[in-house]
Amino acid sequence: MIGAIRSVLRHGFELIERPFERLFGPALNPLSQLGALGFFFFWVVAVSGIYLFIFFDTGIERAYESVEYISRNHWFHAGVMRSLHRYASDLMVVMVTVHLLRQFAYDQYRGVRWYSWFTGLPIIWLLYGSGITGYWLVWDKLAQYVAVTTSELLDRLPIFGEPIARNFISTGTLSSRFFTLMVFMHIAVPLFLLFLMWIHILRISRPKVNPPRALAAMMLLALIGVSMWKPALSQGHVDLAKAPVEVGLDWFYLPLYPLTEIWGRGSVWAFLGAFSLMIGLMPWLPPLRRARAAQVDLNHCNGCARCAEDCPYEAIRMVARTDSLPFPTQAQVNSALCVSCGICVGACPSSTPFRRSEELKTGIDLPDYDLKTLRERTIDAASALSGPGRVLVFACEHGGGRQLDGTVRLPCVAMAPPSLFDFVLSRDLADGVVIAGCAESACFNRLGVDWTKQRIAGTRDPYLRARVPRERFAMIWTSALESRRVVMEITKFAREIGKLPRPKLRAPQTSTVPAQSAHGPALTEMGSAE
Amino acid sequence: MSYLRIAGQFIVIAALFVAVAAFSDWPVYRQIPHGSAVVMLSFVHGADRKAECRRLTPEEIQKLPPNMRRVQECPRARRPVYVELDLAGKTVFQASLPPTGIAGDGPSKVYERFVVPAGSYDIAVRMRDTARTDGFDHDRRATVALAADQLFVIDFRTESGEFVFR
Repeated sequence: MIGAIRSVLRHGFELIERPFERLFGPALNPLSQLGALGFFFFWVVAVSGIYLFIFFDTGIERAYESVEYISRNHWFHAGVMRSLHRYASDLMVVMVTVHLLRQFAYDQYRGVRWYSWFTGLPIIWLLYGSGITGYWLVWDKLAQYVAVTTSELLDRLPIFGEPIARNFISTGTLSSRFFTLMVFMHIAVPLFLLFLMWIHILRISRPKVNPPRALAAMMLLALIGVSMWKPALSQGHVDLAKAPVEVGLDWFYLPLYPLTEIWGRGSVWAFLGAFSLMIGLMPWLPPLRRARAAQVDLNHCNGCARCAEDCPYEAIRMVARTDSLPFPTQAQVNSALCVSCGICVGACPSSTPFRRSEELKTGIDLPDYDLKTLRERTIDAASALSGPGRVLVFACEHGGGRQLDGTVRLPCVAMAPPSLFDFVLSRDLADGVVIAGCAESACFNRLGVDWTKQRIAGTRDPYLRARVPRERFAMIWTSALESRRVVMEITKFAREIGKLPRPKLRAPQTSTVPAQSAHGPALTEMGSAE
Repeated sequence: MSYLRIAGQFIVIAALFVAVAAFSDWPVYRQIPHGSAVVMLSFVHGADRKAECRRLTPEEIQKLPPNMRRVQECPRARRPVYVELDLAGKTVFQASLPPTGIAGDGPSKVYERFVVPAGSYDIAVRMRDTARTDGFDHDRRATVALAADQLFVIDFRTESGEFVFR
């Protein structure tokens, strides 16, 4: 059931991701910046809130007047700030909701990712707490409705002796102290929210907490534009002698309030409890069965720290050396955080298929899909190629090339060390190499696309050697839905390299040493990198 | 960057922000139908204790620890409050309201809303908060004209022991 919903949602996201990526470019695609935009809108809310607090009067009689004053008399600065405050908080709800759905759709909430998912749950509660306490402060008809309905909801819980809602059914029962309390809550709850947002990203390597400047500027301009076009206004002074019968609800924060009338308050609490329980348990419904965590081979680890640098999950740290080799540090894998994406294998300078050692080893490897197996599968796949324009495809198991035959499938394309591509071309295993990864803005392992591009471009260690002819190299970044596009691009690329002259082999293959592979053809260890 | 792309970006962002601005206060939600009023019965009131205070015998006092000796024992638990509300001659609410608190010694509370068409109504409210089994200890009746959207509150003042209509 959960799998079916996830599949439908994923299809939906993949349908809109591509047009968004084309329109904004991978770097500015808002769908890949949802978390960062959530942070951005939080800061807009915080700054505008501090500004508004200068003008806000916490007196019971003056609260409404002070808000009206800034909205009418000082609309050009404080009024705009009020609108920024309102719309940025609404947008935060939008970002959080879409972010949650997207993480669910792409199955990025189970396994070691449970922590970020789970800590996102109190963020939702605190976000709503922040918004709802804010609406009370305006002390207009909407505030009355929110105050009464919230109190009635809280009164449904068996924790309050006297119904809180009684405070809002007649004049004279409230004092200015109430507003002081509400202001305190409206500051304290967002502060807790910020604290939890920090907790939320603790286990993420290089978390995106700031959107690219161009995207932030676009959002800020749009916020200012919409604030001028439709300023946030109050809905008339509170009249406790009248029921707040007709209110313009903020449907982002208050969609459940009408349901208290329809379902009843107990049912709304039951719904919220069930929702929270379900969200909280989802990482284990069912738990993600991952391959075994990466393992360090100290005999091949010189403590260069590239694996720790590249790991998107903070699963590797450098610790003091425990053996006699003359290096100060060694890599250590925290298996509780490792998702077995293999990015560390691709980052390790020891990961080279040219190695002469009989048993191909590297400094850090996946027990269930080691470098030796990868080399064997590469040779196997290449042996099936024929004709001019032989193209060997390294496909990410989450991208558009995942279901193509004859490819070398990888948990992440960044698992393949650049030397493997060099190996394929210099050994004439193929005439061209294609890396078919996830969509650029929806990399399943967050940083796999970036690291692969940088390694190939020679800006990140370990980089693809300059001798590798770049015209025989192609990268295709697609979502799982775009298999047709992958095939088209591979075909086109194969045609192009078919026209190229045969390359001069720099590391010719001979047949003196049999390969370790049980499946592949004989492999000769000649030449090159190490 | 082509103009077409910029226009596309503008349309997407504008659509998002217009939707956010629109749904931040629209569509308007109406809590009760047009031309209706709300009658609210809400009070917090503690009924009598279930049992009277009883004077302890000298033997019972002697059995108590020296620092906890007292002459009377007063059970904490309260009786439920029984209340009835009539609107236009029809009983719309009757309930036995249990005392709050783990030991059942807190006040009883009620918070009920009744949405009625605006107009003139005979309203009668009765309450029993003692050991009596029939009749009522407090009651009040009045004819009130309820305007549209009016919130008419029926409260009870424990200090004066009377219902308040406002």
